[in-house]
Order: sequence, then C-alpha cells, then structure tokens
Amino acid sequence: MQLTNRSKEVSNKEMTMAEKMYLPAIVQGLAITIKHFFAKKVTIPYPEVKRYLGPVFRGHHILKRDEEGRERCTACGLCAVACPAEAISMVAAERKKGEENLYREEKYAAVYEINMLRCIFCGLCEEACPKQAVYLRHDKLVPIFTERDQVVYGKEELVEKMSDRYIRTNPDAQATPTEPSFSRSVS
Amino acid sequence: MELTELIIKGILIVVLFGVTLLIAMYSTWAERKVAGFIQDRFGPNRAGPGGIFQPLADAGKMFFKEDFIPSQANKWLFILGPCLAILTALMSSAVIPFGESIRYEDLLIPVQGVEINIGILYVFGVVSLGVYGLMVGGWASNNKFSLLGAIRAASQNISYEIGFGLSIIAILMMTGSLSIRAIVEQQHGFAWNLFNQPLGFIIFLTCAFAECNRTPFDLPECETELVGGYHTEYSSMKLGFYLFAEYINMFVSSAIIASLYFGGYNYPGMDWVRETLTGSLGAATGHNLATLVGTIVLFGKIFFFIFFFMWVRWTLPRFRYDQLMNLGWKTFIPLSILNVVVTGFGLLYDVKYASWAIVIVMVIMAMVSSARAPKPAVQPQRT
Repeated sequence: MQLTNRSKEVSNKEMTMAEKMYLPAIVQGLAITIKHFFAKKVTIPYPEVKRYLGPVFRGHHILKRDEEGRERCTACGLCAVACPAEAISMVAAERKKGEENLYREEKYAAVYEINMLRCIFCGLCEEACPKQAVYLRHDKLVPIFTERDQVVYGKEELVEKMSDRYIRTNPDAQATPTEPSFSRSVS
Repeated sequence: MELTELIIKGILIVVLFGVTLLIAMYSTWAERKVAGFIQDRFGPNRAGPGGIFQPLADAGKMFFKEDFIPSQANKWLFILGPCLAILTALMSSAVIPFGESIRYEDLLIPVQGVEINIGILYVFGVVSLGVYGLMVGGWASNNKFSLLGAIRAASQNISYEIGFGLSIIAILMMTGSLSIRAIVEQQHGFAWNLFNQPLGFIIFLTCAFAECNRTPFDLPECETELVGGYHTEYSSMKLGFYLFAEYINMFVSSAIIASLYFGGYNYPGMDWVRETLTGSLGAATGHNLATLVGTIVLFGKIFFFIFFFMWVRWTLPRFRYDQLMNLGWKTFIPLSILNVVVTGFGLLYDVKYASWAIVIVMVIMAMVSSARAPKPAVQPQRT
C-alpha cells in the first residue's frame, strides 16, 4: 500500500563529483535557512500580545446576577455534581424577608467556592446549571497564583459586579438542538 | 619608546582586549538569536529589550552553579584545561591589525596589539596550542567519553591544520611576507585576495570551522555519541570558559579570514575618503577618522563572518567522523597543494588569477559528472 506520493526509493549509488564537493548542497541549504531567517515568526510573545480566544472560550468563572441585580444561583448543587474534578462546593441558606432584592430564588448559596487548582475548565457546571447562574467567561483568564491560599475563589471573586456586567457577544452562534447553551439568554 | 607612545599603545591593547571579550560575550546572545530566527522563533527576548542582557544573565547563572571536580580527576590539570583554552583564544587576537594607524602629533601608532613580522605564524602557533586546552581537560576528567572527545579534538585539529597551513601558503607566495599587516596592506582598495585565491579561501574557511570546533565539525562535543565530549565533567564557570573560548576563537578566526582574504580594513574608495577627511579636518584628525572608518569596515566584515559561522551552524548537520577525516586528508591537502603549484606557475608567468583555473576545471568536472550520472528512474505511480 502506498501512503504518500513523496516517498523516495533509497539508493546506495556512488555520489557524483558535484555531490562529493558538498558545496552545491550547502549553498542550497544556506538559501533555505536564510529564507527562514527573514520569514515572519510564528511565535506569539504571550504577555505582550494576546491571541483572540474565540466566543466559546472557557475562562474565569462568573456567578451571574439577573436584570434587577439579584443573584441567580439557588444552590441546587447540580454544578457540584456535574463537576468531574470536584472543584465546586457550596453551602445553601434560606432567603430571609427583605432579601428579595438580593437573591432571586428562595434558597441561595451562602458560600460558593471553586478550587482553581482542581478546576479543569471543562464547562460542565455551565451546562448543568438550570438557573443560568454559573458561566465560564470568554474574555478573562484565572490569574496566576503563587500561594496556596490564593487558590480557592469565593463569592466575592465570583459574583458578577453590577458595574461591570459580563455579556457574551456571539452574534454568529446559532441555537441548535445539540448546543442549547447558545440559546440561553445571557444579559 | 616614548612615554606617550607607551600610554597610547597600552590604552589600545586594553580597548582591543575589551572589545574581543565584549564581542565574544554578545556572540553567545547573537548565536541564540540567529538560531531562533532561522527556526522561525524570536530567540531570547526576556532579559532587557530584545534580550540584550541575556549574556549577563547567563554569566550570573554560570557563576552560581556548583563548581564540581570529580574525585578521581587530576585536580590541577582539570583546572588548567579551561584556563589554557581561554588563554590561547585570547592571545591570538594580539597580532591582528584592526586598523591603519593612529596619528598623535607626529607619532604614527598602528592599531594592533603587536606588530611582528611573522604574525600569521604566531596565529598558527597559538591556535595549535589551543587544542591542549581540550586535550588536558578531556584527559584530566578521568572519563572515557571526555577522553574520546579530547582525542577527536586533537586528531581533528591536527588534520585540518595541514590544510589550513597549506591553503595560506599560496597567499604568502603572492605577498612575500608573513606579517598580517603587510598582507592587509597589499590588498589596498579593492584588490582583495579573495579574487586571486577563491579556492584557498574556501579551504581556509572550512578549516577555520574545523579549528573552532564549530558545526559541521563539532565532533569533539558530539552529544549523541560522546555525552558532552571533552567537557562532560565540567560545570559552572569552567564550562563557561570552554564555551567562551569557542566564541573568542570564532571572533579571531573571523578577523583573520577578513584580514587575509577580504582586505581587512581596506575598502573601495578608501583613498578618496582619506583625502577628503585630511583635507577638511586637518592631517591628524582626518587621518584618525579615516582609520576609524577602516576599523568599522573591518568590524563589519568580522560580524558578517561571525554571522556566517552561525548561519552554517544552524544549517548543516554534523559530519560523520570518517567523512571528516576523508575531507581533511584526501580532499583539502591535495587541493591546497595543487593550489600552491598553480599559484606558483601563475607567479612565474605573471598570471594573477591562475587559481581560478582550478575552480573552473572543478566546476566543469562537476557538471560533466552530474550530467553523465545515471538519472534516477522515475517510479511510476502505483494506485
């Protein structure tokens, strides 16, 4: 079976005089390398230049609020169940009277923690969430940490700030039966 | 010798020494940059703008590494090895004429460490001493791979020194002097030796690669066969000295190639530049500026050859050892002897470009042989 048209038969024939002098082959090689010397470099010098990650990139987690600024999360625990790395843990609490402007549902997450050392950014929590509360944002990476106590992210890092709302702009994405997440209203 | 002359000479020597070290230091950076660019990368670019402080960082790293001496090694020879390597590397730049002369009042001081009338012989002597650095280091390591690397280095250097020496005999015949300054002065303007001695130049260049242990002739440190070659057991700044010596050697051999074949500090139109400068700025200042221009031209040529060394390194794979020896003994020595004979005939009958005859004959032979070679049969495509 022939796999490619580029295969060459190896031969042990005597080299011709030109081949024995090496110089033509060396000049050929030098021409190739100097072409690469002036070619455009493929490296992206990362911290200075950041490449476009795409609208479906899975980066930093965010706990969304709704239009009125109430937290959407109801602490059902489906994200924690879905999480293959067991990175998510939460403590649920009941909404008190007078907290209706803080939490949308009657139950809310008093503590919501994601261990960023465990998280593999698979996005299954996003898929599992019935309340459209947890998202992996496409425009922000989890920052580098140097200490172990910087690893666990609590609600203060995760909950969306009303002054700086996260909107996933993805005009090209079409809702399809296999990608229901595109049809979710995110605002 | 007067005091002023001594002082100027002293300053000159210190400056040349410093420049040699600086260029060798930045060659390590340039090597990695060139390697990167040829491989479609950027090379070091983190330490300072464009990685310009990389040599300092490397040196800092080298100094802080553990300076290890194997327990069974011969301690003094182990230390002597890298010292010898770097000493001989630094010595050979003393006789290279880096420029014409500096005029101070009515003193004319050549821009050169020392002017000796056997300059090229001195270079050869020092270069052949250089192999002792590798030999001593490899032997003192008490390691079989180091010793093999050292033996390879020694036999390679001895083999190629013959071709090296014979290829410049043709030049010496044409010049009639062993002084590098005299050789350079004879190439005044654009009468570079390259045009009379194309074959000698190619042989000399290749032998210079071999003498510097640069790819494609870096068999003494062939990792795949010898672990690390003669510097397997070395660490810290001792290893640094070996690597540094290689870059100094590269600078020195680039300078010698430029002086012998590419006219040294000569460039076309140098007389015009000198006349204009002395005419407009006075004898002393004009003369010194013209010398400076010549020196800059020489350094341009040197940098080109250093680049060429690197360019070849990142293009060619290593030779096999038998190919290396065949090339040295069976190709270069007969060819350079032929070159000497033909140049001699040329001198006898006053034909300056006699050496081109060999080149033309070789090109014709190569073309005929490749034309007569059986064409590789075109394999029909199987489906």
